[in-house]
Amino acid sequence: MAINWFKYSAPTTFYGLAGKMIPWFAFSAAILFAVGLYIGFFIAPMDAQQGEFYRIIFIHVPASMMSMFLYMVMAGYAALGLIFNTRLSAMMASAIAPTGALFTVVSLWTGALWGKPMWGTWWMWDARMTSELILLFLYLGFIALHASIDEPRRADRAAALLAIVGSVNVPIIYFSVKWWNTLHQGATIKFSGTSMHIAMQQAMFTMLAACWLYAIAVALARVRSIILERERNTVWIAELPEVKQ
Amino acid sequence: MISLDVWMRENPLTYVWFGSYAVALLIFAIEIAMVVHRRKITLQQVRMMHDAGEEE
Amino acid sequence: MKPRQKRFVFIAVALVGVALAVGLVLYALRGNVNLYFTPTQVFNNEVPKGRSFRIGGLVEEGSVKREKDGLTVNFVITDTHKSIPVVYKGILPDLFKEGKGVVAQGTVENGVMRAEEVLAKHDENYMPPEAADALKKAKAANTADAAAIPSNAPVVVPVAK
Repeated sequence: MAINWFKYSAPTTFYGLAGKMIPWFAFSAAILFAVGLYIGFFIAPMDAQQGEFYRIIFIHVPASMMSMFLYMVMAGYAALGLIFNTRLSAMMASAIAPTGALFTVVSLWTGALWGKPMWGTWWMWDARMTSELILLFLYLGFIALHASIDEPRRADRAAALLAIVGSVNVPIIYFSVKWWNTLHQGATIKFSGTSMHIAMQQAMFTMLAACWLYAIAVALARVRSIILERERNTVWIAELPEVKQ
Repeated sequence: MISLDVWMRENPLTYVWFGSYAVALLIFAIEIAMVVHRRKITLQQVRMMHDAGEEE
Repeated sequence: MKPRQKRFVFIAVALVGVALAVGLVLYALRGNVNLYFTPTQVFNNEVPKGRSFRIGGLVEEGSVKREKDGLTVNFVITDTHKSIPVVYKGILPDLFKEGKGVVAQGTVENGVMRAEEVLAKHDENYMPPEAADALKKAKAANTADAAAIPSNAPVVVPVAK
């Protein structure tokens, strides 16, 4: 442990570091979104069964994957915050929650729009869709619980517990199509490989990378505001050029 | 409802683009606006607090 | 133990406990979480009596017949072991095709399902039409080869001995 990890987990250093990184993440996210959309709409061929409608996959699958990944990252930060009592971890967890919730909304919305022409229904209470809806409620519950407790440190701990307990839902979402019979089809991206045409894969993974970069940029921007709010009485905040001016 | 069913089959790309991608991009745009707004408000509050502190 | 380690153990135990509890609940609910019953389950009387439920499976090849009114459709749902005939009046989803997945909701009377709703279930494979055609041709060629083998077999077997 030669590197002092706690130095980077101190809000003081992280605030400046995040500020420098945000433009890079935002810029590369914008480029990858453009490239992904171009491949998705102009290069990837039509699907044999679903025609043009399948093109919703390029936003639906990345959004769904992000909704699950971000929850795990959020729960991970929440657990770190509980165990090591680091201030920054809890702040990161609260910064990620709204982005995760929005990706879940995008996933449910695009799924409904895909389901209507292909399956014949906007919504079905099958295991995959119901567990994804529960994920949205877990995100909203985390945000609401955190907002309802005035004392920030106590709010962090209570919300962290909810996030950790709720993480049980993520493997349920992923394996739901395997464990039960559902209207939703099985996984296209499996640990053993992907059953998809190569240009379609490129479009989907480009969009996934874009979503990651976007989520990091937005979460970092949000955590900077949270740091400012929570540390406003400290000397280092008073010394910041953007505060001093 | 029947007319929507017919329309989406005649214009699948318009349906996919406006229904899913435009909505998703709009959600992202709203989120970005919210984050930028929060930064502005927070900075204002912190500045006001420090200004008040210095005058006393 | 340091307080930090204590908290870690506490969280680990809590997480394992919750996972176990959820696992047991899901195990208890396993039948109810499933969206549909298979035709085999219908034959084994594992389905609710007198109320609407869903059957899922494949649309049997060559079983789809439309009646003269143009709206009523007859087809057979199969799980390749047992099959159930279905009568449905209404618009079918685009992906409803022979040999493809389907989920029908309705009541079963005298071994026939009167469906109120028919939904299509698609698979997780995405490919352009040309690739799908090539795959179909390869499959047809393979079945032709498989059909050709038995006629050769009697010749081959004595040599092997």
